[in-house]
Amino acid sequence: MTRWGGLVLAWFPIALVVLWAVAPGLFTGYDPIAGVPAEKLQAPSADHLFGTDAVGRDLFARVVHGSVHSLTGAFVAVAVGLVAGTLLGLLAGSAGGVLDDAVMRIVDVLLSVPGLLLALTVIILLGPGTVNVAIAVGVGSVAAFARLSRSEVVRVRRTDYVEAAFGSGGRFLAVLWRHVLPNSLGPVIALAALQFGMAILAISTLSFLGYGAEPPTPEWGLLISEGRNYLATSWWLTTLPGAVVVAVVLAAGRVSRSLRRHE
Amino acid sequence: MSLLEVCDLAVSYDGRRAVEGISFAVEPGEVVAVVGESGSGKSTTAHAVIGLLPANGAVDAGRILLGGADLATWSSKRMESVRGAQIGLIPQDPSSSLDPVKTVGAQIAEVLRIHGRGDRRAIRRRVVDLLARVGLPDPERRARQYPHELSGGMRQRVLIAIAIALEPRLIIADEPTSALDVTVQRRILDLIDDLRAESGTALLLVTHDLAVAAGRSDRLVVMRGGRIEEQGPTKQVLASPAAGYTERLLNDAPALSASAFRDPPDGAGPAIVVRDLVKEFKGFRAVDGVSFEVTRGTTHALVGESGSGKTTTARMVVRFAEPTSGTVSIAGAGEGRAFRRHVQLVHQNPYGSLDPRQSIGDIVEEPLRNFRLGDRAERRARVLDLLERVALPQDVLTRRPRELSGGQRQRVAIARALAAGPEVVVLDEAVSALDVTVQAQILDLLEQLQRDLGLTYLFISHDLAVVRQISHTVSVMNKGSIVESGTTRQVFTDPRHEYTRELLAAIPEPAL
Repeated sequence: MTRWGGLVLAWFPIALVVLWAVAPGLFTGYDPIAGVPAEKLQAPSADHLFGTDAVGRDLFARVVHGSVHSLTGAFVAVAVGLVAGTLLGLLAGSAGGVLDDAVMRIVDVLLSVPGLLLALTVIILLGPGTVNVAIAVGVGSVAAFARLSRSEVVRVRRTDYVEAAFGSGGRFLAVLWRHVLPNSLGPVIALAALQFGMAILAISTLSFLGYGAEPPTPEWGLLISEGRNYLATSWWLTTLPGAVVVAVVLAAGRVSRSLRRHE
Repeated sequence: MSLLEVCDLAVSYDGRRAVEGISFAVEPGEVVAVVGESGSGKSTTAHAVIGLLPANGAVDAGRILLGGADLATWSSKRMESVRGAQIGLIPQDPSSSLDPVKTVGAQIAEVLRIHGRGDRRAIRRRVVDLLARVGLPDPERRARQYPHELSGGMRQRVLIAIAIALEPRLIIADEPTSALDVTVQRRILDLIDDLRAESGTALLLVTHDLAVAAGRSDRLVVMRGGRIEEQGPTKQVLASPAAGYTERLLNDAPALSASAFRDPPDGAGPAIVVRDLVKEFKGFRAVDGVSFEVTRGTTHALVGESGSGKTTTARMVVRFAEPTSGTVSIAGAGEGRAFRRHVQLVHQNPYGSLDPRQSIGDIVEEPLRNFRLGDRAERRARVLDLLERVALPQDVLTRRPRELSGGQRQRVAIARALAAGPEVVVLDEAVSALDVTVQAQILDLLEQLQRDLGLTYLFISHDLAVVRQISHTVSVMNKGSIVESGTTRQVFTDPRHEYTRELLAAIPEPAL
């Protein structure tokens, strides 16, 4: 009961954030961009759940409207990592030999570079911007996906049913598609859920550093960064968006774990 | 008073009853065999006695009396004083029951240390004694070796040494030889017998192998579906089984039923010709100059123990492995993918050879799709026809492999192998993972399919009793070479080679 309870509790923030992204109007009536200067820097209250910022914008509205940027960013990042990483892993694991060695040594090099540094390098190549940040974070996770999917592919390729599929006259690509890929994906999907949380964190970090969305876009990392100047007087400007990020990242981790156990 | 008395025992897993109403007794010095198929509850019963049920298992009712004390009510902490000291356990799988990072000497010493038997020097002496007693040559050196340096039979001897270290009054042996080759199996069973005779220890032998139970036990407990079907003195149960189920078990056990030999028919040409086949792995010759022929429409068996090269030979015949030298020619088989239409392999383990994500219908249809045979409706009709041939109900079509029993899965694997209409089927230990009753059914099915479709079988097995029943001709393999071959009748009634004689002598037969 408690195990399921925890899982339901973990799905809740994720569902809520997705709803925020899809229909922000349902959750807040305030404009996330235009502020009311007279109401600046108000503490959280019934009117302004998360308080207001230095130009009198409702912070809760900015968090709600910002979710679409953070979520699509994380989604793109995970998609890039998942697709590119799984293809590389599938290639390396199924081809074997020299190709396997070559791909996996490149992956080793990628894994040896700190993720943030790698993302920054990619951003310098691509230029700043929401989508570019997402791609940069995705590139950073390619190595992890590649390594995991390769190990799964190597495991599945050794099974009797894959041999039996070749024995039934299956062609290489058909067997790969019909047997190897579906049976390798389980742990990869669980990693994707985990990476989703990590991507939100990484994108927020890069936005915080000023490489992502441009102000006044209400992106979560940017919100935290903007609130930094008022940390001494207005704690809610950094703390509450930060708490939202923490909740979503933790929830994604919990969901990922349940996916893995399900496998 | 009985040494062990189990009264009306009931055990459940997660609230589901696994065994119920189990009552039997073991007298001092007696051998009681608990036999049954997988899922009959025999291992559960044994684990309940020694208090080693998994975390989701619980004793619901009944008493387990060891010398008058009721173990069922004891805490797991208190059971620690009984395990090893009063009840020894010989586990099933020697390859996973030893700690790979400790020397075997240290593992035997651990039992003695935990129960405080002597100081370090005394324990070391005792370890060497024990290793010598279970028949390991050069015990001082063995004590310093790690499990991976020993063969399966040697590891099982180490486990026996651990079980007898504290001279318990009762030893529980849970399928002690199932993972071992027949010749090794016999030596291990002889060893257990000798040790028992010396020290007067009682033995509770849990086994699926009725022949082993029949030859080694004083009394027999036959279990089925979590209940005791029949029990009594072994000779009496074997001579006049009271329960119908026991009778069926006796009939299905291949070693116990001396069926007629299958003599090869005259006149047919060879379907498989293997000449001077050699396979080397990094300087090691796994297969060393193997030659044989299989007549069309007959079954040829390759018999041998693990490591004899029989599976490697089979893999070269189906072209899953390249021979280092030598040839395999299969009459009428094409090249490349066409070869796969003609020659099919059935794997040993039906739990691993079916894709867990596919439905049974998809699995059987796969060869038809691969070879583009027929349109959708024709393929579907063919799948239904195949399922009927292997005697599976139609409603398995949409089910997944995990919803099927081992025997049903092997039928699915056979249906898949037959789908594209092959003429040669290679069966690699295809019935070894199955219970005797299921095994007998699959063997019948294979025979019938051979008659109906004119199939040629290459049957790989370590089990001589099964081979005797199904094959027309036999080749006996040892260390990569064929030491003897001929018709099954010749080889079984008049073995010429020393190794064949040893193998035949090792087949467990009941002392009737």
